[in-house]
Amino acid sequence: MSILLSDISKNFGAFSALNHINLEVPEGELVALLGPSGCGKTTLLRIIAGLEYADKGRVLINGADKTNQNVSQRGIGFVFQHYALFRHMTVFENVAFGLRVKPRRDRPSNDIITKKVHALLELVQLDWLNDRYPDQLSGGQRQRIALARALAVEPSVLLLDEPFGALDASVRKDLRQWLRNLHHELNVTSIFVTHDQEEAMEVASQVVVLNHGRIEQQGSPTDIYDHPANAFVSRFIGQTNIFDLAEHDTDWLQTAGLLAPQSEGKIAHVRPHDIIIEKSNADQAAPATVKDWQHLGALIRLELVKNGANGSAAPVFAEMPNDQFKQLDLNRGDKVDLKIRQAHWFH
Amino acid sequence: MNAIPQPINPAKLVARQQVALQDADWVRWSLIAIAVSFISLFICLPLGLVIFQAFSKGVVAYWSALAQADTLAAINLTLLTALVTVPLNTVFGVTAAWAITRFDFKGKSLLTTLIDLPFSVSPVISGLIFVLLFGAEGWFGEWLMAHDVKIIFAVPGIILATLFITFPFVARQLIPLMQEMGTQEEEAALSLGAGGWKTFWAVTVPNIKWALLYGVLLCNARAMGEFGAVSVVSGHIRGLTNTLPLHVEVNYNDYNIVGAFASASILAALAVVTLILKSALEWKQGNR
Repeated sequence: MSILLSDISKNFGAFSALNHINLEVPEGELVALLGPSGCGKTTLLRIIAGLEYADKGRVLINGADKTNQNVSQRGIGFVFQHYALFRHMTVFENVAFGLRVKPRRDRPSNDIITKKVHALLELVQLDWLNDRYPDQLSGGQRQRIALARALAVEPSVLLLDEPFGALDASVRKDLRQWLRNLHHELNVTSIFVTHDQEEAMEVASQVVVLNHGRIEQQGSPTDIYDHPANAFVSRFIGQTNIFDLAEHDTDWLQTAGLLAPQSEGKIAHVRPHDIIIEKSNADQAAPATVKDWQHLGALIRLELVKNGANGSAAPVFAEMPNDQFKQLDLNRGDKVDLKIRQAHWFH
Repeated sequence: MNAIPQPINPAKLVARQQVALQDADWVRWSLIAIAVSFISLFICLPLGLVIFQAFSKGVVAYWSALAQADTLAAINLTLLTALVTVPLNTVFGVTAAWAITRFDFKGKSLLTTLIDLPFSVSPVISGLIFVLLFGAEGWFGEWLMAHDVKIIFAVPGIILATLFITFPFVARQLIPLMQEMGTQEEEAALSLGAGGWKTFWAVTVPNIKWALLYGVLLCNARAMGEFGAVSVVSGHIRGLTNTLPLHVEVNYNDYNIVGAFASASILAALAVVTLILKSALEWKQGNR
């Protein structure tokens, strides 16, 4: 089912949490609402769910106006950040809850409920835990039970609030992959909230970047990474080096092989992998010195100090594959030449 | 991912604590001796004395004291008062706790403070408030008289005063618990299609039931045992407006020792039963 938000605004007292949000989520997408904490992403999710009401604007799910409809009638599935499993019910009863509370005429028989719950528990690969209580489960297991519970009512839309926020790193990696596969299988329109750009890029088919209650950019992960709409998105998504012409980085950029075409802007953002490094022969004129490096798995991140720059003293980060780094055979203190392949210019 | 976290074994914790808190033997024994002798002197001894005095003229005298019409009337009135006030205050308490923990509104902190008022005001004052409101000289006195409604020196006054005194028990038990629990489970139930009423019974009540029962028990104990406020509004009419605690006093003032202590033994028995139930609840809660 598609979701359409039109001109949503929400204030908490004097604080404006959401500011004229317009958003369209096509059917079957897995969308990430991404932004720093306090940007309004969770509020937006709760407004879509009906757990909160907007001050202004409308919420349409599959064309039907749901703006004033109560959460219990919206037919959404909501997975809470801390799972909110019913602690006095077994895993089985948790998942069965949504079916048991249906009005009598829609309520399936006990046999059907049992079958359906076991099918869902198998879907999340936890049927063997069906008689446990939530406090006997690990975080990752609770997360999957919460998801099974939300799916039991066959929601038209699945909403997840920081689904991996409370999990440790290794479990998080597994679950991301798993959630993407599950979405592929079920194809239910889903929105999840996250502050982790890596997570958003890895899991979502569409990313919506929010900041200060506004949408900064919406697009596919590739789109957002390769063509950030503004300086905020560029900084927030992935690593970036920032060169400010107003801070006299101009000369240095020229030596590093990059000159601003006047019209394009005053600030250059350069991704670490867009900086190519070669050992310098001309010791004096070399634009940078190797200060240190870190291993990031397949990549090496080099920390470089700018030479002869009278601008900011911030180090420049460059990334390259491991093999390439070994071939270059660099040591700390070596002078290097740079070639900047590509930059994004902002005002 | 499939690892199940082992629950902490409380016995182990205690053992560890004991090592850290190892005091010299004489400190331990003297502390225990002080605690035990204090409890025996001020709690066990009086309780024993109540029973001893109640049976001082034999079992027959005890039973005949209890079988007196005035005593039976006092027991009935006490039970009636508890029967009316406890359910009402359970509903009020849950409502107040719900309002305070689930909604944001102006004057919320004032309401939270006011709930404690009956605890901080002397019961005699609480009784007097009702006399000032509904007594013959009170604000509504004339109107009540004109419509032939009796509140002061009658059962309604006793129930009102008891309601006021016992109001905080349930709310006080629930508010911290419901604050700690948060609203997420209820929101989850709503998002799964449950209505408000269903959510309350299926999700909220199971989560608060032990605290609720505990609050109800305390409320009941106080409703049956309240003396000060009830004494002011009751008028001490034998067989009509004397509750058990008042009946004890009346008998005692009449030098009817067996009668006084026989009634007192019933109150004491109620208190002991309440304590046992309370411990059972705490034990059960601790094992969950």
